[in-house]
Amino acid sequence: MKIPSPLSDGTSTPSGVDDKDRGGRHITGTLVRSLRTSVPVLPFLAYITLGLLVPTLVIINLAFRSDRGALTLSNISTIVHGGEYLTGFENSIKLALATSIIPAVLGTMLAYAIAQSRFEFLKRLVATASGVLANFGGVNLAFMFVATFGANAIVTSWLARLGLNPWSHGFDLYKLWGVAFVYFYFQVPLMVLIITPALNGLRPAWREAAENLGASRWRYWRHVGVPVLMPSVLGSTFLLFGSGLSAYATTEALTGGTIAITPIQIGAYLQGNVISGEEHIGYALGFGMIVLLLISILGYVLLRARSSKWLQ
Amino acid sequence: MFVNKLKVSVAAGLLSAALVGVSLSGGSASAATSCNTAKSAAACGGMSALIKAAKKEGVLNVITLPANWANYGAIISDFSKKYGIKIVSENPDGSSQDEINAVEQDKGRSSAPDVLDVGTSYATSNLNLLAPYKVATWSDIPAALKDPQGRWFDDYGGYVSIGCNTKIVTTCPTSFAQLTNPPYKNEVGINGDPTEASAAFSAVFAAALANGGSFDNIQPGIQFFATLNKDGNYVPGGSAATAESGTTPILIWWDYLQDSIKQALPTWTVNIPTDASYAAYYSQAISATAPHPAAARLWEEYLYSTTGQNLWLQGNARPVELPTLVKNGTVNKTWLAELPAAPAGTVTYPTLAQLATAKNTVAANWASAISGS
Amino acid sequence: MASVVADNIVDFELPMVPLDLTKRRRIHWGRGLILWLAAAYFIIPIYAALKFSLQDISGKFSLSPITAIPSQPGLAAAFFLSMRLAFVTLAIVLFLMVPTMIYVHMKMPRFRRFMEVVTILPIVIPPIVLILGVLEAAPLWLKSSPYLLSLVYVVLAMPFVYRSLDSGLGALDVKTLVEAARSLGSGWISTIWRVLVPNLRSALLSATVLTLALVLGEFTMASLDLWETLPVWIVDFDQTNAHISTAVAMLSLLGTWALLTLIVSIDRSNSRRRRRNRAS
Repeated sequence: MKIPSPLSDGTSTPSGVDDKDRGGRHITGTLVRSLRTSVPVLPFLAYITLGLLVPTLVIINLAFRSDRGALTLSNISTIVHGGEYLTGFENSIKLALATSIIPAVLGTMLAYAIAQSRFEFLKRLVATASGVLANFGGVNLAFMFVATFGANAIVTSWLARLGLNPWSHGFDLYKLWGVAFVYFYFQVPLMVLIITPALNGLRPAWREAAENLGASRWRYWRHVGVPVLMPSVLGSTFLLFGSGLSAYATTEALTGGTIAITPIQIGAYLQGNVISGEEHIGYALGFGMIVLLLISILGYVLLRARSSKWLQ
Repeated sequence: MFVNKLKVSVAAGLLSAALVGVSLSGGSASAATSCNTAKSAAACGGMSALIKAAKKEGVLNVITLPANWANYGAIISDFSKKYGIKIVSENPDGSSQDEINAVEQDKGRSSAPDVLDVGTSYATSNLNLLAPYKVATWSDIPAALKDPQGRWFDDYGGYVSIGCNTKIVTTCPTSFAQLTNPPYKNEVGINGDPTEASAAFSAVFAAALANGGSFDNIQPGIQFFATLNKDGNYVPGGSAATAESGTTPILIWWDYLQDSIKQALPTWTVNIPTDASYAAYYSQAISATAPHPAAARLWEEYLYSTTGQNLWLQGNARPVELPTLVKNGTVNKTWLAELPAAPAGTVTYPTLAQLATAKNTVAANWASAISGS
Repeated sequence: MASVVADNIVDFELPMVPLDLTKRRRIHWGRGLILWLAAAYFIIPIYAALKFSLQDISGKFSLSPITAIPSQPGLAAAFFLSMRLAFVTLAIVLFLMVPTMIYVHMKMPRFRRFMEVVTILPIVIPPIVLILGVLEAAPLWLKSSPYLLSLVYVVLAMPFVYRSLDSGLGALDVKTLVEAARSLGSGWISTIWRVLVPNLRSALLSATVLTLALVLGEFTMASLDLWETLPVWIVDFDQTNAHISTAVAMLSLLGTWALLTLIVSIDRSNSRRRRRNRAS
């Protein structure tokens, strides 16, 4: 009977591989055989190629083209030398870091609190709510928060009556941390969504056994809980980073462009009503984002590999 | 089994592609008459010939024309009733870029847009997509507001105005200078992002004119809003919704569009700032690949007739032929009186080159100016 | 090791041993605080938006924005478009991923790591960049169809669907089940449909829920592709009548939540019945 593991690591040995392979003829044979066994995953690979790889390559290509179609580095150089683009990337990264690390912690705590609950219905509600809220954003979210935490809004007025008006204490919904505060509305549910399966993999029986063996709560977490959860938490943090980096409609609606982040700049060049005819800078900015995110994926993959070693 | 599944999915894909191809070839435009490519009504046999050709097509595709924007709702229904041509109105709140994208993306489809109403710079940067056509009243359009070949021509416009909710704001501001006054703390907004929305961009340009700038220099306008933000009067993220919800009881927007807020808030008043009059017109154009070219041309003739121009006036927009209508006495005096008081003197407009420079300046400096404040 | 203990305890819920009453109370207090703060943070903004949408100029509450909803131009079309896109996306993603992942779990386990990285990529390519690339690359006949969005949504849904199915399949002994079914004479389709799918029910439902939530809430790509889905309609209508559009937005949020909870509840009640039947 296979032990359910909270990790998505394949723990069983691969079947169907002849580990007595030796010699050239066996290698060709294996190659042909593994090509044949790969055939059923072709639809998936084809879909990923057409749906993800091709559009990405198209953007990368367009980033290096001028308006007339000639290959050029001028778009890239415009971005590297234009202060506002670098500021955009800087703000985007800051925002993405703030809205990945903090929601990762808060989301894990929230998910854990829910997982401990005895009410099955609550867990169900939270699971579906996380799914819906993780996809909620944009104009409506911005409006909701302005109506709640804006300068004259509901919660602000309540708190002001208690003498704790956040706006007089440095809170500004329209600055970077204010925007991050709004981002939590979809980043925390996203974290809860991703981390709950891993938390469910933490069997209460392990906790019980640890206690029977005399371990304190702290030691349980230190030697069992955290190592088991860490890969999932790290992976989820990277996902949140990507999500925070890419979010566009929420900040645009909330701040009306007063904070420079790269997705908004892309929108201004490729979708807006004001600047026309300079699409290639938009594509170059998109290329910049792809590079940034590929670096973070690399980091994720390396950390995943490292952390699964920790668990052996 | 899995290889079979692959074969099945490929076959399904080919089959559906074939079906789409078949459906594409049907439903194309009706038999071509000279009115499909005519450069004026006279060139294809006069208005009656044009009307006949248009009725034969029976459909007109318009795009990004909200019902309460410059009274397009009434214009669309009047045109439909008058000529029996069905109007399909796509993507009512899209942007000018959306219109250009739609013309390019939907080329060859019967659902492609026939006519465009875009910001002028969008027309001038995409001349190859437009068909030349001169309406019967062509000479009534000022020379600076049309393409000599007829590929685009301005339609209606308005002034940047300051709208204000008298229920929340005791004294409504009537100039940019007043906006910096302390009573307006946390109250002033513009509609949209100046790097993406032309209404917001125009607000910044108007602010520039009010603060020592000019059509060549928009920086004072950016600086004005930076100061406004530092003083705490400016609220980012303004829109019609925030105006209605009380988050931005003062909103800088086109005068003819503030109408939609007035309908939700009877206490909403509109003033054209005394220290800056910035007006801009939108432009009409016919798509060179219009699926219903005759109907498109008839639509333009209708818009530039006295009826069409007056209907725009009813929507509080200033139709481009307004001076002629006033001179000829064909203007609807009631609707004319409802326009917010226009500033005296002749209006000047920035050239396309000045607009381009200004837009690049805003794109480069808006965010850093506001967040640096 | 603790895992050996876990192995023998399968589905039982062990009672929590009260080691220390004060520690326990502290745990509950901390947990309660987190839950209440979270509830406040998520619910109050919804309340604020509803308050705005239902309150007219003079401060009176009225349900007229809600009753006006059915008659709003374009809303019904937008709603049905979003629904159609949601179900088409769901069909494509399940039809693509379920057989692929079953096969991978059985015959190519090392491929799972590759799939995991690849299915993370969609989250990592910003939607605004992805849709622009798709629009440049897609052929004209595809661009004129709203179902192009479905095809792209499949890519966006993959990370969630992959993870759901992966953990669902990981909990089964796929090889044994399939071999048992095949040795009893079942064909491949029958094996998948009648043996594996029922065992994957909660993973499939979770994947369904996530895909539907994604499609019904997605705005940026739909608006750039110029299709008036429900989220796009809501934003467009905001400039016309903010009260009605906000009401629709909140109803869509709550309605999607209700629908998805219903879907998940069907599974739970089914599985509880099955477990009860098995135990008796």
